[in-house]
Amino acid sequence: MKEHLLGLEGYTGDEILEILELSKTFRQVLDRDVKRLPTLKGITVANLFFEPSTRTRMSFELAEKRLSADVINFSASTSSVKKGENLRDTVDNIGAMKVDMTVIRHGAVGSAQFIAKHCKTVVINAGDGAHEHPTQALLDFYTIREHFPDFKGLKVCIVGDALHSRVIRSNVFGLKALGADVTLCAPSTLLPMGVESWGVKVNCDIEEAIRGANVVNIMRLQLERQTAGYIPSLREYGIVWGINSELVDLMDKDHIIMHPGPMNRGVEITQDVADAPESVILPQVTNGVAVRMAILYLLAPRSGDIHE
Amino acid sequence: MIEILDKDHLARSITRIATEVVERNAGAKNLAIVGIRTRGVPLAERLANEIETLEGIRPPVGTIDITLYRDDFKEITSSPDVGGSNLLFGVEGKDIVLVDDVLFTGRTVRSAIEAIIDYGRPNTIQLVVIVDRGHRELPICADYLGKKVSLKDNEYVEVHISEIDGEDRVVKVTRK
Amino acid sequence: MENETKFVIKGGRVIDPANDIDEVLDVYVEDGMISRIGGKKNYQDRAVIDATGKLVMPGLVDIHTHLREPGREDAETIQTGSLSAVRGGITSICCMANTTPPVDSSAGVRFIYDRARYAHCWVYPVAAISKGLKGEELAEMFDMAMAGAVGFSDDGRPLSNAQLLRNAMTYAKMFELPLMLHEEDLTLSSGRHMHEGVASGLAGMQAVPSVAESGMIARDVLLAEFLEARIHICHVSAKESVDVVRVAKERGVDVTAEATVHHLLLTDEDVVASGFDSNFKMNPPLRAKDDLAALIEGINDGAIDAIVTDHAPHPPEDKDCEFAVAPFGVIGLETSASLVYDKLVRPGIIDVKKMVELMSYNPARIVDISAGTLSQGANADIAIFDPEHKWTVSGRAMASKSRNTPFEGWELTGKPVWTMVGGEVAFDELSR
Repeated sequence: MKEHLLGLEGYTGDEILEILELSKTFRQVLDRDVKRLPTLKGITVANLFFEPSTRTRMSFELAEKRLSADVINFSASTSSVKKGENLRDTVDNIGAMKVDMTVIRHGAVGSAQFIAKHCKTVVINAGDGAHEHPTQALLDFYTIREHFPDFKGLKVCIVGDALHSRVIRSNVFGLKALGADVTLCAPSTLLPMGVESWGVKVNCDIEEAIRGANVVNIMRLQLERQTAGYIPSLREYGIVWGINSELVDLMDKDHIIMHPGPMNRGVEITQDVADAPESVILPQVTNGVAVRMAILYLLAPRSGDIHE
Repeated sequence: MIEILDKDHLARSITRIATEVVERNAGAKNLAIVGIRTRGVPLAERLANEIETLEGIRPPVGTIDITLYRDDFKEITSSPDVGGSNLLFGVEGKDIVLVDDVLFTGRTVRSAIEAIIDYGRPNTIQLVVIVDRGHRELPICADYLGKKVSLKDNEYVEVHISEIDGEDRVVKVTRK
Repeated sequence: MENETKFVIKGGRVIDPANDIDEVLDVYVEDGMISRIGGKKNYQDRAVIDATGKLVMPGLVDIHTHLREPGREDAETIQTGSLSAVRGGITSICCMANTTPPVDSSAGVRFIYDRARYAHCWVYPVAAISKGLKGEELAEMFDMAMAGAVGFSDDGRPLSNAQLLRNAMTYAKMFELPLMLHEEDLTLSSGRHMHEGVASGLAGMQAVPSVAESGMIARDVLLAEFLEARIHICHVSAKESVDVVRVAKERGVDVTAEATVHHLLLTDEDVVASGFDSNFKMNPPLRAKDDLAALIEGINDGAIDAIVTDHAPHPPEDKDCEFAVAPFGVIGLETSASLVYDKLVRPGIIDVKKMVELMSYNPARIVDISAGTLSQGANADIAIFDPEHKWTVSGRAMASKSRNTPFEGWELTGKPVWTMVGGEVAFDELSR
């Protein structure tokens, strides 16, 4: 394991599998009556969220508390940082209070790397701009693995805004390393330049993209994409790319339906698909806590790591 | 390397301990055996076998991994393997017989007790060890003991179990 | 040495493209001017500078520099910027108008000249095209031309309004000064931080497409053709832009173009490899590999006339932040000659004569200043360059007030070691 978790780019399939395997232990703990472990007693974790987030922040906080770490939370909008509140100062100040680990969500690409480079703290990236969101991808993989033990050749269809989605990037980096057969599907305006070089299939036609897939991972569509002119309307997106049961019928018989949440029911996913028996959207949330516990466990500083 | 117990000695110790366990608990009905990873696990299986021979009931056997319960997390320099615990039976109300190979500082046992209690509230927890080598750092003692030895600071006990080490034998080694 | 008025630089390899000279000759300086090159040896009554094994070239001319004075003297001043220049073998710099306030009046132009009296090299103001760099009304270009502006530019911002630019082109024809155009379509570039390509796609970075630059260049060369006006294109970075400039030149448009050192040496992949270090953030952004290749082709076939630094100092407190928030720009005065020599001349991509053309002779012609040559009677602006000198780039060691260089830690071979400006020694590492 590396010193920080900044992104999945560069991770090998084996490294990812190791994390998923370890996560199993923590997943079992979540089914016990006493869901707490004393493991990180004495370790302090700061959750710095410069972008609004409820789920990821709660998931991290719960993972930290289940490991008996001390937790502090900091929330600020990126815009207030732009108004002169310097990110490095913010993190340094929190570090000066002898915080061991920092979980950071920030709107700027590379912000987790920036903190890792300049501040004395273990950094876990909880999303940096449209760049990476590694723990989300890892919990997606954990959930996939509960249903499909082998990633090799597994057909995964990811539907949504590849231009702006950090979840898609981390998923692509990881799934490629694991040997999955990935197809990206989005309106052409929401595909980034050079996507053809990502080593995944790209298809704007959702019927072709989803046909035969074992996994469909549906991304949230932000309303801002309409106002910024990338798509004419959420309505049109829903009609063309929204996943409904007719599209699900095109998938392999053995399939699961995923969504990182929060869902826009009726836009990118219909109600009946979201609540179908094959939907693993809630298990994703549960698994997220376990995967984050595993990451915290792996990265928690051992003696002499941080404070000299 | 000096031998403390040979193969036959070890087997006889386990048989004796089984008898003591059954005697003290008035049978085997409410017992559950929990081996502490790694060498406590095969020892727990053997103990269960002996109890079955004596009583005709085989108590359930579980394993406990104390890695996540260690009190020295910051001193562990590399990431240890976390084997995971397996206590499929409910521990609630059970008489738990905790099995480990060597009793030294007592910290492993303390961690194991904490781990078991996180699964529920047992009636009792009793401790079996093959060798007590002294130098305790916590107020913990064994309820059932194979052999007590007194060692210098640089001397250590190694319990070899055939399932893991290919032989049944307990030896004393000296390390720098 | 300060009181010396007569010098001879002996034994160096003299490179002077203006006079097609490339041979070992002695250079004689008297009264601030080049008195002669070669001829009868006379080492009496004058300071003798031994340049054996070194290159002797006309002082370099950087026509695209930001000196931050007035307004941001914490980032750079005319004094510190010019010291940085002479340490890089540069003897003339043209400073852009986007100071605070901008140089958009004759008073501003005269302020620069006033401060330049204490500078280490010649400093020439480039004045604003529009009032306040707002792109709405023409600044008093005629007045500023009379005050000594050597060119006009709203650099840092494009002139989006084609009608205003049309008038500026037509107006500037009256005093024959170049319009130096920053080309950028803001509707394609606003709020974006790096080149749009494979690297930005993988990084999820909001990115600027090349066409934001090349499209505007196409508009402006066609406008210049229509008006028979003279324009200069600043910091060409994209391959399509090079093509547009080349075609315009073939069509006879009176256009020149420059490329920066960093665009000739770095790409968007370096941005990612740096971990989104803000010292790799500038405008236009570092482009892709094939853009870099096109720029190299452009400097070789004449589509690109000059290499510039686009020296843009920002103090660490402004740059030491996440990439998206950081201001655009990198410094370059002290590294440009060494980088071009080590990375382009030594591998044989261009020869040293071409280097001097691109960094001294041509830029001096673009803004029409008396520099860029070792001709008899020319200003004694001379750089001695040691082609074997090994050194490591360090922002902290530079004379600039800022240290935002993307070349930090680069080990380079070749360095300016002695610089003379107007007959006075401005920088001397030679005698050490």
